[in-house]
Amino acid sequence: MEVQKTALYNYHKNLGAKFVPFAGYEMPIQYKDGIVKEHISTRTHAGFFDVSHMGQFFLEGDETLIQSLEKIIPADLKNLKVNHSKYSFLLNNEGGIIDDLIITRTEKGFCIILNAACKENDIKQISQFLNKDHKHLLNNDLSLIALQGPKSVEILEKLIPGVANLKFMTGSNFDYEGEKLYVTRSGYTGEDGFEISISNTKVEKLIDYLISNEVKPIGLGARDTLRLEAGLCLYGHDLNEKINPVEANLRWAIAKKRKEVGGFNGWEKIKNLLVNGSEKIRVGIKPDGKVIARENTKIFSLDNNEIGFVTSGTFGPSVNAPVAMGYVKSEFSEVGTSIQLEVRGKKYGGKISELPFYKKSYVK
Amino acid sequence: MSEKKFSKKHEWVSLDGDVATVGITKHATEMLGDIVFVEVPDAGKAVEKEGQAAVVESTKAASDVYSPISGEITEGNKAIADDPGSVNTDPEGASWFFKLKIKDKGEYDSLMSKDEYDKFCKENPS
Repeated sequence: MEVQKTALYNYHKNLGAKFVPFAGYEMPIQYKDGIVKEHISTRTHAGFFDVSHMGQFFLEGDETLIQSLEKIIPADLKNLKVNHSKYSFLLNNEGGIIDDLIITRTEKGFCIILNAACKENDIKQISQFLNKDHKHLLNNDLSLIALQGPKSVEILEKLIPGVANLKFMTGSNFDYEGEKLYVTRSGYTGEDGFEISISNTKVEKLIDYLISNEVKPIGLGARDTLRLEAGLCLYGHDLNEKINPVEANLRWAIAKKRKEVGGFNGWEKIKNLLVNGSEKIRVGIKPDGKVIARENTKIFSLDNNEIGFVTSGTFGPSVNAPVAMGYVKSEFSEVGTSIQLEVRGKKYGGKISELPFYKKSYVK
Repeated sequence: MSEKKFSKKHEWVSLDGDVATVGITKHATEMLGDIVFVEVPDAGKAVEKEGQAAVVESTKAASDVYSPISGEITEGNKAIADDPGSVNTDPEGASWFFKLKIKDKGEYDSLMSKDEYDKFCKENPS
């Protein structure tokens, strides 16, 4: 398959981006400042992220659309208000996570933001439950820009009046340059911020404005350190089709009503896990020293039994220490439990830690 | 102290008598990005030419640091293990990785000069 590029590819190039192949796209891993500075400027001022590689999947239909989607998504879509968003999943028959997503109720149906690497398969999976009256579109004419950081609201409000009134996980249409764009208050960094769905033809103009307000471009490298400090999962690493939401410590993301009534893929299995707990569970991990426990690092108990593995690990610039997430046997999952991490054949001490590593400041 | 010599794996070596000081080059730090972890060898460890001797990790990935010269480690630079970021600031000065007592000066002589190394980096961009 040919490598794809977002509408901002040349813009990134001019900003000095270093590109890497990611989910079939050439995406910036970092810019001139480097990962740590990009990370810090997002936490202290604001940064923008081109996440246009993610799928913006629109669905339209009558009441039966909700019934169809609820078979594969364990959110309470029936009671989701227009312009409200939920974090949820696509589940397979075993309750495994096919993808994690944000679903927003629109006037005519729903918009689902899908991971780039998963989006084609996701649409296949969703389509199995749709009928001929349900319309759907993966809109590639739209870019998606995340604006994240404490100054985001002040900066975006000047350009698009009204965005400051949005609450976390809600959105609205706004006028910009004679077009409609859709803004939600959400993100993937643990900071206040927005995700802006904007036509490919207008996106450069928006970025010009952000840069003139000293918003820095942020690559995938800092996106990863930011989301990991915020305790957020990365699909394909912390989540996959063999992991279910209970194991992923994301039972909060299954709607209360759906937990009681079920009616979605894998419900029997998940119902059982909700009552009895799972054998393994996702936890936060802090190495005692400076050693970085990266993905696939084996985790051992103090008496040297293998008890789990790391799924994401890096250095957290705001925590100023290494941070990691991984899966351990549930009896070792209590915060404060001492563990060992095997890095380059040597065992280093560490502890099960609370998530997030970095406290968020969402506007509720 | 002798002039600095360079390896294809982006280490530098300087020689004072039979004790060599080894670090990674500025070019290497620019490729690695922000350095967040360093592990240096303990005194007494024997290292082979081009054998793994230390570890450097950036926010992106972990890399091995090889010794461009064989010998016995006399000292690892604990200061960079405590402050890994200092390797980005002064890679070819205070932020050396380790010192070792060398066995064969010929190994040092066969490394690249500064000019040869600069040319090598230009011809092998990564």
